[in-house]
Amino acid sequence: MTYSTVGVIFSNIHDENIPELSKRRTMASIPFGGRYRLVDFALSNMVNSGITTVGIVTKNHYQSLLEHLGSGKDWDLARKDGGIILLPPYSNETDKPYFSRLEALMGIKSFLEHRREDFVILCDCDGVLRIDLSEVVRFHEEHRADITMVCHEEESVQSSYYITLEPDAEHRVRALRINPDVNGKGRFDLYINLMALKRETLIGIIENASQYGFTSFGRDILSKNVDSMRIFGYPFKGYYAGINSLEAYFRHSLEFLKKSVRSEVFGAHDVYTKVRDSAPSKYSAGAQVKNSLISDGCTIEGTVENCILFRGVKVGRGSVIRNSIIMQDSVIGMGVWLECVIADKGVIIRDGRHLSGCEKLPYFVGKGRML
Amino acid sequence: MRRKKECVAMLLAGGQGSRLYALTNEVAKPAVGYGAKYRIIDFPLSNCINSGIDTVGVLTQYEPLELNEYIGNGQPWDLDRAFGGVHILPPYQAKKKSSWYEGTASAVFQNVGFMKQYSPDYILVLSGDHIYKMNYAKMLREHIRTGADCTIAAIEVPQKEASRFGILNVRPDGSIYEFEEKPKEPKGNLASMGIYIFGAEKLYRYLEEDDKTPGSGRDFGKDVLPAMLKAGEKMFSYRFSGYWKDVGTIESLWEANMDLLGEEPVFNVGDPDWRIQSRNPNAPPEYLGQTARVENSMIALGCEIDGTVENSLLATGVIVEEGALVKDSVVMAGSVIRRGALVESAIIAENVTVREGARIGERNGGAKKIAVLGRNITVSAGAKVGGGQILEGDFKGENE
Repeated sequence: MTYSTVGVIFSNIHDENIPELSKRRTMASIPFGGRYRLVDFALSNMVNSGITTVGIVTKNHYQSLLEHLGSGKDWDLARKDGGIILLPPYSNETDKPYFSRLEALMGIKSFLEHRREDFVILCDCDGVLRIDLSEVVRFHEEHRADITMVCHEEESVQSSYYITLEPDAEHRVRALRINPDVNGKGRFDLYINLMALKRETLIGIIENASQYGFTSFGRDILSKNVDSMRIFGYPFKGYYAGINSLEAYFRHSLEFLKKSVRSEVFGAHDVYTKVRDSAPSKYSAGAQVKNSLISDGCTIEGTVENCILFRGVKVGRGSVIRNSIIMQDSVIGMGVWLECVIADKGVIIRDGRHLSGCEKLPYFVGKGRML
Repeated sequence: MRRKKECVAMLLAGGQGSRLYALTNEVAKPAVGYGAKYRIIDFPLSNCINSGIDTVGVLTQYEPLELNEYIGNGQPWDLDRAFGGVHILPPYQAKKKSSWYEGTASAVFQNVGFMKQYSPDYILVLSGDHIYKMNYAKMLREHIRTGADCTIAAIEVPQKEASRFGILNVRPDGSIYEFEEKPKEPKGNLASMGIYIFGAEKLYRYLEEDDKTPGSGRDFGKDVLPAMLKAGEKMFSYRFSGYWKDVGTIESLWEANMDLLGEEPVFNVGDPDWRIQSRNPNAPPEYLGQTARVENSMIALGCEIDGTVENSLLATGVIVEEGALVKDSVVMAGSVIRRGALVESAIIAENVTVREGARIGERNGGAKKIAVLGRNITVSAGAKVGGGQILEGDFKGENE
């Protein structure tokens, strides 16, 4: 990478948006797209942009994330210098575990101080997109920005906390709003929780924040300094899926049945994930599978339409599954009928059950449940 | 105390596999694709690590580049060990002499130094051209229990096929009294699987003697094992009764692939208790489109299917366009079957393009003869490739 850059991924922020899926896991480890977890998109963007050191900030429920990441070798991030560096919450008697992004950043100050890279990319795990981050850093330099915030044009947002930007023609952000009422009022530029800045700038912000007791990055840093700092909005024009509610998760997941979305996001097969050594999927005589993404290790004997099946899913004879997302190792018995269902990992649906939700309200079956 | 390994495996992977024709033009046989995502060598390597053997020498000679790249540091099989692990052993130039591997025995003999680094008590010799799941540790326990100098894994084959194999004639206790190498009229039907365990010192001695024997073919089956038997060494058979398939021919490679299909497949690669590990290509889930029909088939990641696939195995990233039919076939990674093309009873190697309306191996109800398309070739639109035909280069059809 022309501009030496270190990545920081926040694994927990936005957990509250999808309590169904993040109750027992971090936002980062929410399964997506048949064989990925949300963190894979953030990590792959970094790796494909030439970033070889990524700090991952964790807070709680991070066991599944640790298991997923391992040594980092599946992302080519098992490195002697750098690679994946886990940044679990650090606390002593006086400090409590962090609650805000700014507090999280205070906790990783020494990590940032010990790195040598000039730039930092801060990235959350609530988005699925393919972006060349070296372009973002180049933009940042070209505009002599203090902070570059990546934004995407949206029509609505369901997140419980979000920031909209109002950049001028030169992309300088002139107004920055937190949780404005934007839905149903036309298009707006949503900050997609991806930011570039100089490492020393970030360290300065952190030091300042701890002196003045700031707690909110959005309110105390960005919003307050929109005039005094050169904050720029990098307009991302590609496909962006903001995973900020169960409905958005469902809708964006099924968008991957479109070839255009797949070829843009998966590129030349370079979204990386943990390898599981599953056998290729088996389709029985009598199986009917249409317009679906099927991951490895599945056994399909029934009918599957407009679905996403994760690794190791079994679909029994005579079952019909439509418009549904079935996660890893779930077992659908015989004669089952599912419509608009999200089944989390390891769900067992017994023979003959009928379950149905609708597009706006998919029927969710929690991890490991047996129905 | 010196660090040591109880058992070191030596995997013979140097063979050309000439009976696989176009499939081994550029790669050694062990690197040939199998089962939609695997390569033949995944089986002995997975068997080793699953059996607790973590030191493996892979003897390569013929077209080793891709095999070397595939094995890499051995990490996909957990064979990237600080002490031990997998090592590629090509022939090398030595101070006193240098030579190509003349036979299986000379290949192992040239690498006695490699084995001795680990001070092993036992040496396991494997070949890289069989598909099977086997716990070598059980065989080693038998070897130790019988106090044998050499134990040979053996499987019962149908009497009429016995003349294709090395046959072991054994006493009731399993000890071997006679070898018959591809006998015209075999006395028994217990075939050697080409899997041997030796006491390490014994092996070193017999390899050295074989090296000094003029006229020896430097081959385990023909030279070393008969010499040991003749000298009165204690040799035992170890009976194996699971699935074992030699994939040395087009027919047998095709059959071994088909053995993975069906309601109750003859061979199961998805056994969670005996995982077949492999270098996993990175690809998104396969996509089956609105017009896709896939039955009794195995499909790997990254495939995009809009046509019909029946009784077939499709490896990573294969594309089958709308109106194309793939039936009773094996299609290896990255190949593309265009609109309206027909592929029947064929093995298609990597990165082949079958253009619109081309017809490969069409049977018209006739006897099955497997068509083979070698790597990277293109079959022109509308061209016909008959059953049993083997193509090594681009093909435009007879009429052009």
